[in-house]
Amino acid sequence: MAYVLLRHRDIPNFDRLDVYKKNGGFAAWKKAVTKMEPAEVTNIVKDSGLRGRGGAGFPTGMKWSFIDKNNWPHYVVANADESEPGTFKDREIMESNPFQFLEGVALGSYAVGANVAYVYLRGEFWQLAAFLDQKIADMEKAGYLGDNLFGTEYSLKIYTHLGAGAYICGEETALLESLEGKRGQPRVRPPFPPAYGLYGKPTIINNVETFANVPMILANGADWYKSLGTMDSAGVKVFSLSGRVRKPGNYELPFGTTFRQLIYEHAGGVQEGRPVKAIMPAGASSSLIVVDDKVLDTPMDYATVRTLGADLGSASVIVLDDTVDIDWVINKTIHFFKHESCGKCTPCREGNYWMKHLTSRIHSGTGSKDDVDLLLNVAKQMQNKCLCALGEFSTMAVVTGIERFPQDFKKAVKA
Amino acid sequence: MSLENTHPKEVKQILSKYPPEHKRSAVMPLLYLAQREEGFITKSAMQDIAQMLEITETEVASIVGFYTLYHDQKAGKYRMQVCTDLPCALRGADEFLDNLCSNLGIKVGETTADGLVTLESVMCLAACDKAPMFQTQGPDGIKYHELMTVDRTMELIEALKQADREEK
Repeated sequence: MAYVLLRHRDIPNFDRLDVYKKNGGFAAWKKAVTKMEPAEVTNIVKDSGLRGRGGAGFPTGMKWSFIDKNNWPHYVVANADESEPGTFKDREIMESNPFQFLEGVALGSYAVGANVAYVYLRGEFWQLAAFLDQKIADMEKAGYLGDNLFGTEYSLKIYTHLGAGAYICGEETALLESLEGKRGQPRVRPPFPPAYGLYGKPTIINNVETFANVPMILANGADWYKSLGTMDSAGVKVFSLSGRVRKPGNYELPFGTTFRQLIYEHAGGVQEGRPVKAIMPAGASSSLIVVDDKVLDTPMDYATVRTLGADLGSASVIVLDDTVDIDWVINKTIHFFKHESCGKCTPCREGNYWMKHLTSRIHSGTGSKDDVDLLLNVAKQMQNKCLCALGEFSTMAVVTGIERFPQDFKKAVKA
Repeated sequence: MSLENTHPKEVKQILSKYPPEHKRSAVMPLLYLAQREEGFITKSAMQDIAQMLEITETEVASIVGFYTLYHDQKAGKYRMQVCTDLPCALRGADEFLDNLCSNLGIKVGETTADGLVTLESVMCLAACDKAPMFQTQGPDGIKYHELMTVDRTMELIEALKQADREEK
């Protein structure tokens, strides 16, 4: 099957404007601005069943339709803060298929009536931001961005903005705070960004991969997109596969592909032919899934992965083989979350601090059974008590690790 | 000296990205610009940026303190920042960092005697399929180095050393 998002793998030099254009690029953009009402664009995206690819899976067209039409100006922000351990898909899309992503940002901006859009990149994507600036300049020169596009009243500018190393800025309201020149700390919601976003104005924020889908949906139609994937989750997804597999990397596959197909058919199986012990389908924020044959044959879409007691999230699948101890895994994830907690909510800030003490002690072999009980207790007390998902996510691997892999913790505190 | 005098073109270009009434948004790009000079952000640079954006110096300092890519302390010319998060660790990042430490004769957080490299352990850099990996943060910005071995890293350090000598 031809690629939908990673089209640079099919077509050489796809990051060049002439090549992108020759392969149908910007046709949807021109058609939208010259022949379609903004609401029509939103409706096609709504009909396609596209869901947000940043992790939450919220229906994209529905989000766009929530934009407050009584408060102007409107803004669009692309979330390119890709920072979840295990996720590296947006980077490949922007590095190799930049125009499809930018065309998607442009289409989203037109749909919600925004004349300015920002691409918020994590600070480490320093070179990538300079590269995107060039691509934006190419589009301006070719008349795809700027004032009075295609001879209409509509104008659009796209700017890049670099973060500076803070996982929390992937959370949409923390990202907005950061873009406003403040510390990246989440806001109380509601109001949600489509009502109160950047500079207090209605704002649509979507993930890079979400935007990259939009030009293809406009070009090929909502029905075409729905024909890919499953009833619950339309279309294709870029799965970032990492951990103990032979060929880690990005794999663009339709929703509904099974874990077994991803790991064994596409990624050549597990290193040294070892068995899979556990899977984290949504990066460090994941619940740990105990793997058996039934799990491996589970189709990956938002609803079905939930039946395994986990979320698909941004589909950053981390594979753990039978040599990996789960007490080590949670010591790693908590080290990450303790560092990345923004400090705003007490349960997350203090909870992660104490969880780090406990996971370190347990993993180093100096812990006791009481430490494991206390760790589980602290994690559970944190749940449902924080403004954003970070606090919640930090507890997922801890709780499911202790509850689903008790033998690993028995071994750790005895050793 | 204010950034407006030393880098007038860059400052103007940065400010043009944001609505004039929300020029505070320029604080992060301006801090990057200030950091380029000495590898860290001086107190006077923070004062300068605060004045330019009409916010307090404390607000600027709170941004510097919050984000890990801003530094208020001098370190080596290059910060070598190795990712040791879970996906990288599953592909040997911890061992890589340990070996690098013994090769360089320094611990994580320390700087080589010639002042060239500060070795750091950092959070996920979105390159999980290409571990072991690190980024270098230096006068020429941030660069990724993927699928690294200790030998290749030592060669890179040698090349940085060479370039540094030629500069001087």
